[in-house]
Parts: sequence; structure tokens; C-alpha cells
Amino acid sequence: MTSPFKRMSGRFRAMTSEYKALDSRGKRRWWGDFLIRNAIYIIIVLVVIYVQIYSINNTTNNFISLRSFADILKRASSSMFLALGVGGIIILTGTDLSAGRLMGLIACVCASLLQMPLEQYSAKMFPDMAPPPIIMVLLLAMAIGALFGAFNGYCVSKFKLHPFIVTLATQLILYGIVLMYLSLGKNGGGPISGLTDAYKNIVKADIKWIQNLTGVAIPYYVPYALIAAMIMWFMWNKTALGKNMYAVGANPEAANVSGISVMKTTILVFMMAGILYGFSGFIESARVGSNGPTTGANAELDAIAACVIGGVSFTGGIGKISGVITGVILLEIISVSLQWLSVSTNMQYVIKGIIILVAVAIDMRKYLAKK
Amino acid sequence: MLLQIKNISKEFPGVKALDDVSLDVQGGSIHSLMGENGAGKSTLMKCLFGIYSADSGEFVLEGKRVSFPNAREAMLNGVSMVHQELNQVHTRSVMENIWLGRFPGRFAVVNHAKMHRDTQAIFAELGISIDPRAIISSLSVSQRQMVEIAKAVSHNSKIIVFDEPTSSLTQDEVDHLFEIIFNLRDKGCGIIYISHRMNEILKISDDVSVMRDGKLVGTEPAANLTTERIITMMVGRELDNVYPPKDNVPGAAALSVEGLSAMYRNLNDVSFELRKGEILGIAGLVGAGRTELLEALFGLSTVKSGKIIKDDKIQKNKNSRRSKRNGFAMLTEERRATGIFGILSVRENVTVANIKSYRRGPYISSKKMQKDTDWAITALRVKTPGQETKINSLSGGNQQKVIFGRWLLTQPDILLLDEPTRGIDVGAKYEIYQLMIDLAKEGKSIIMVSSELPELLGVCDRILVMSGGRLSGELEARNTTQEEIMALAAKNA
Repeated sequence: MTSPFKRMSGRFRAMTSEYKALDSRGKRRWWGDFLIRNAIYIIIVLVVIYVQIYSINNTTNNFISLRSFADILKRASSSMFLALGVGGIIILTGTDLSAGRLMGLIACVCASLLQMPLEQYSAKMFPDMAPPPIIMVLLLAMAIGALFGAFNGYCVSKFKLHPFIVTLATQLILYGIVLMYLSLGKNGGGPISGLTDAYKNIVKADIKWIQNLTGVAIPYYVPYALIAAMIMWFMWNKTALGKNMYAVGANPEAANVSGISVMKTTILVFMMAGILYGFSGFIESARVGSNGPTTGANAELDAIAACVIGGVSFTGGIGKISGVITGVILLEIISVSLQWLSVSTNMQYVIKGIIILVAVAIDMRKYLAKK
Repeated sequence: MLLQIKNISKEFPGVKALDDVSLDVQGGSIHSLMGENGAGKSTLMKCLFGIYSADSGEFVLEGKRVSFPNAREAMLNGVSMVHQELNQVHTRSVMENIWLGRFPGRFAVVNHAKMHRDTQAIFAELGISIDPRAIISSLSVSQRQMVEIAKAVSHNSKIIVFDEPTSSLTQDEVDHLFEIIFNLRDKGCGIIYISHRMNEILKISDDVSVMRDGKLVGTEPAANLTTERIITMMVGRELDNVYPPKDNVPGAAALSVEGLSAMYRNLNDVSFELRKGEILGIAGLVGAGRTELLEALFGLSTVKSGKIIKDDKIQKNKNSRRSKRNGFAMLTEERRATGIFGILSVRENVTVANIKSYRRGPYISSKKMQKDTDWAITALRVKTPGQETKINSLSGGNQQKVIFGRWLLTQPDILLLDEPTRGIDVGAKYEIYQLMIDLAKEGKSIIMVSSELPELLGVCDRILVMSGGRLSGELEARNTTQEEIMALAAKNA
């Protein structure tokens, strides 16, 4: 048993000696491969350098600063949960169009339960209800997520439907449920706000010691996202479920012959994603503060884009947590950069779309067998 | 007796696939199973592994009657198979593939250290040197086979079936495989070894069983057998009329290929000439570059250098459209994957390469399509209930005829055929051979890739042998032998 570090340095040494042995043409091809392999990182570096040069020339601020770092980190953290959930489903050669709506429904449920008392907030949805313990609400959020995830997973594996179809249907169902839920009690269809301070603090209060140390405001949901990523890394790499997920995604036939239940694995992966959406809803609700029918709309598209940019392949069985994180961060760097460059919001969509296309097209080249 | 196969029969609609087959496999011995394609070897194995259920008869493992519902159940009971097409999870590591579905560990947390240790222990026992952490897709076919063998061993298999394990291996790899097989035999495993290669069989087997037309012809100790004797057993009385009389006469040069190399595939500097009315065979092991040659000629893969000269002009076959216009046609190797459109009708399958010629203004003339389809069905004697029949429901031979019809409608001069008789029963094969010879008589030129050497010898005028992506020799089909071809095929491998 060698340590991972030793293995890595060994691999590096093997790589350098291999490189030295190449002729000039081979070296050129090696560099071409290198560029393609690391395209995402190169794009990130280029974007950052470009925006930095722009801001030195046109403004008095530096783009490369703790402040933008914190900004990107915050945005990435809030969209991390969905991407981590969808990532597993994409590894199963699926996709999840209902993620955003599910997250929205859960956000509304969380908000409605954790509103301030009637004396402080007269538009309370359930006027007579005292707010339950926050932890109970979080558990409820995750339970709702798990329930709908299991429903999606069951339909996919039992009826052999493509997840695209199943989650398209679930998305509609969820939207209807959100609208009905919002018209319950005294709410009357509008957005839900007036959340208790305890709830807001636990999610988006800034972490004191980091602020004292660096002067930058980092809210609590950033470490939550980090923890979620770590747990998911463990699930994907160290548990039987994670390994079964890769196997089912890459070759369901072989997985089945080896005694892996494709159905069970599919349902569990969808449930895992649902739990993450639940967590995401819990956080989004407090982060945004006001939740209505548009909360979470289309959020799954960003999550899917992040996964695909990060090398989670739609052909199944390929993908890493580090890739998902890289994808999320790249998307957020681009958003922040475009704002920094004062690009109009309409144009931002166009540019984001182009970058997703380019990034994924370059990334795909890794897997294409040239003929 | 480790495994007894007793009086197994299996009937498919219209075919008696297995007829009262019995054979015994002893522990610590290698029992070879031989027979032509379609003789029933794989059907027998599929019955053993529960993919088909036998109509009658039984399997007795160590004195107990067994009937496995699926391959997994068989494996758990110590009966494993190393398949021709390896069914593995390509994107994952070696050790994960071996322990798939039963990872060691506790509370659903996988114990990687133990998995690594156990894998290495098995590898050490078998004399395999593969990194358990390597990703399957980075391994060679031979290494992937080793992984599959290790998986069988990890299940403590008593019976291991090898299905054509050497068909894509080099000589060194074959020797290594045999060492491992001997190792397993000496540990007391019963090995069932399915292969076409006579020399191998005679070298390694203890017993040899030969099957023909679903029946067991006989089982004899390998020591009593010779290649000739096995061939007689395999082919039986049909030997005389397997191939139609060859009465095509090659004429002037029709195509000449100079220094053809592929950009991304293993094909280097191939030059040859093809004559009008000639059937040119291409022999070689799997991976020798035979399919690559056809694909490069037909523009399915990128050509790095070289010339394709036809009608005194250099033809740039950049893609299949261009090749078709230049008078080329190609039947691909994987009929189901890249030949037929399974859920479409015979008519749609016949006309698909020729759609442009049915255009009448903005419409497609279905009358013309019907006429052409009728022609194909009669000329090629396709047995089909009608033009609207889905091609999936036809037999392999008839499907192949439909594809022939598709390409004949494009009026080609050069036909590239990749394993044209694979998976086709003997009678239909004869018809395909006859068709090829008739086409050659009409002045068309044919290049035919095949893994079946007797077929190349029986149908072709000349045979090119490939090895390691290059041409390693050219032989006159009339006065050469299988041994001569095999020697050339192993030249650069």
C-alpha cells in the first residue's frame, strides 16, 4: 500500500520521462492534449486575467481581491447543492429537470413554517402556529426532497422511462403544488417573507472570526456547502452506493449480472439528490428572504450546465465531485466577471451560453475516439 | 465427475439447436469444445448459464442437479464464463470490476485497502501483473481477459468456460493465458475451452468434444486426435459442397491503392491492386487492421497519406457520400449495430442508400421504391413476407441479402465486405458466396474481410494477409493453406 502522495509523484515522474522520450511531433501532440485536458482551468485563468487587466485600466478597483473571491465563493456555495445532486443523476445517464421547482417548493414550505409571530408580521401564512424547532424544519425539508427524489427514481427504473420525461412531468406537478401551497392559510398566493431572525442567522449570518481575521464577510451557508461537498465526495468514492452508481451508469448490463440492483441504485441516487435539493431549499429560503412561485425556477439548468462543464459526462459513469465544484465555480466566475465588466444582463445570457458550449465541446474531445 | 451435461435438447422455432447433447467435464482437466459457427456450442453454454432454458436434459454439478436462472447465480455456485465480448464497466478500476456487487467493507462503506489486498492476492496466485487501480478502458484485451479470469477465481469457480479467448491475442499473450489456464487446471478446476484453433486445442486439451448441427459428434482424448480427424468430425459429409464452383475470371486492374495509412487508426502503408471481376480476401487476426483498411477506403476514418486510384483517377473518398458516388459500397462488420435499421421495413432498408434517385420534385416516389425493392427481393431471393416487414424479424442471412440489395441499387464497381457471412447459417452462406461469385462474373470487384480461413480459401482469387496494421503477404487462394496464412498473420503481431 503506497501513500496517495507517493503514487502521485511517481505518476508525475513517469509522465516527465515519457514526455522527454517523445519526438518533436509527439511533443506538439502532448501539448495539444494537455490544453484539451485542462481546458476548463485554462478558461478560468484567462477570464480572471482579462477582467483584472480591464479593471486596472478602467476602474480603481482590483478584480483579483478578497472581496471578489468571497463574492464568487458565496454564489458558488448557494448553487453547489443542486449541482451535487444532479451530478449523481447525470452519472446514471439521466438528468433532472425538476430540481429547481422541488427546491422552490421546499423553500416555500420552510419559509411558511419559520415566519415571525403574528405580532411582528401581520401577513403570517399560518397565524395560529408557533414556529417549530429549526432542526425539525430542516429534517422536513430533506424528507420532502427524498420523497420526490424517490418518486422520480421509482418511475425511471420501474417503468424504464427516460429521466428527462419523468422529471419534466414532476416539474409541472411540483409547480402546481407550489401555487396551491402559496394560496393556503392567510397567504393568498403571494411570496412568503418575514422569516424569524434565528432562521436567518443560522443560514446567512456572517462568520465572526473570519470577518475579524480578514475583513471579509463569509456567511454560514458557505461552510455548509463545503460539508455537503465533502459528504458527497465520500458517498461517491467510498461507499458501495457510489460505486454501484458509477457501475450502473457505465454499464447497467454488467452491473445487473454482478448482482447490483439497478432499480435500488437508481432510486437511492435520486433520493440522495432530493435530500440535497431539500437542504438547498432550506438555505435558499433564508438567503433570499422572500419566497414565491418563481423561487428555484430554472435553477436546475445552471446545475446541469455546471456538471457538464465540470466533465460529468452524459454518456454515463464518468464524473467527479472536484469536477462538479470546478463547473459551479467557473459559471459563477463568469457571472461575476460579466457584472464586473458591466455587460448588460441580456448580453450576459448570450455570453454564458456561448461559454457553456465552448467549454463542453472542448471537454468532450477527451472522450471522443478519433476515427 | 465435476460437471455432467446430460441429454440436453433445445429447440427454437424451426431449428433443433441442441439435440440430446451429453458430455462430462472432469476436475483438473481441460475439455475442449469444437464445431463450426452454429454447431450449438454457444447455445449449450447459454443453457448452462440460464440465458436459455433447455427443453429437456439436466446439468449435474458435483453430483447435484443444478439449473441456474442467470449467469450471476451460476457464478455464485462456482460456474463462471470468460466471454468473447467482455462485459465490464469500462470507466472503473480493475479491482472494482472484480468485486462489483460484493464490495468488502462495513456499513456500506467500501474497504479499499482490503479490496486492493484481495485483488493482489488473486493476481499473485495467477501470476498476473496488472495494477488493481488501473482503469479497465486503459487495459489491452488480454489484460481485460485476465481481470475476468481473476473475477472467476475470486468466486472460487470450479468450472470456468473460456469462449474463444485467444481470438484477439498475440502469441506471447496466448502463452501467458495458457500458463494461467494450466495453473487453474492444476488447482482442480474443470476448464471448458471453446475455440476454432486446432493447434491450440490439440496442445492444451485433455479431452475434445466436437459438435455439428446441434448434435455431439463425439468426445475423444486429445492424444488420439489429429487436425484432419477433427475437421472430418466437424464438417462431416458436407465438406464437398460448402462453396459454389468458382467461375469468375479476373480481368484488368479496377482499383489500385498506394501507401494507404490512417491518421488515428492502426493502418500503415498498405498498397495493393484489385482487378475487375476479382474477389480479393483479407485475412488477419482481430486488430490486424482489416476493418481499418476497409474503413479508410470507404472514407469512414481519416486517411493520413496514400492514394486510391480508380478509373485512372485519384479518388478522394473523404466520406461515405463521396465514396458512394465514386462507385464504392460497403457492408459493415456489425450488421445489427451499423448495417440494418432494425425497426424499419425491408423497403426502407433496401432504399436508404439510394433515396435521391427516387426524388420526383419535392416528393419521393414510392412506386419507384417499391419496384426497386421488388427487384432486390427477387434477384437476391430474400425470404420475407413482404416489403413492409420489419427487417428485425428476418433471419441473419436474409438481413444480409437486404443490405446487399441496398448497395447493388447504388450501382457500385467495388464492394467492400466486412465479415459478410458472420452469424449466418450454412445454407444462407452458400447463397451469399454464390451471389459474390455472380457479381464478380458481372465485372464487379470485391474485397472481402473474413476471420474464417476456409471461407477465404473457398471463395477468393487472391488473399492479402494483414498483421499489426500492415500487409504481411499476398497469396494465391488456389495454392495456399491455412497454415501459410496463419504464419503471415502472426508476422508483425
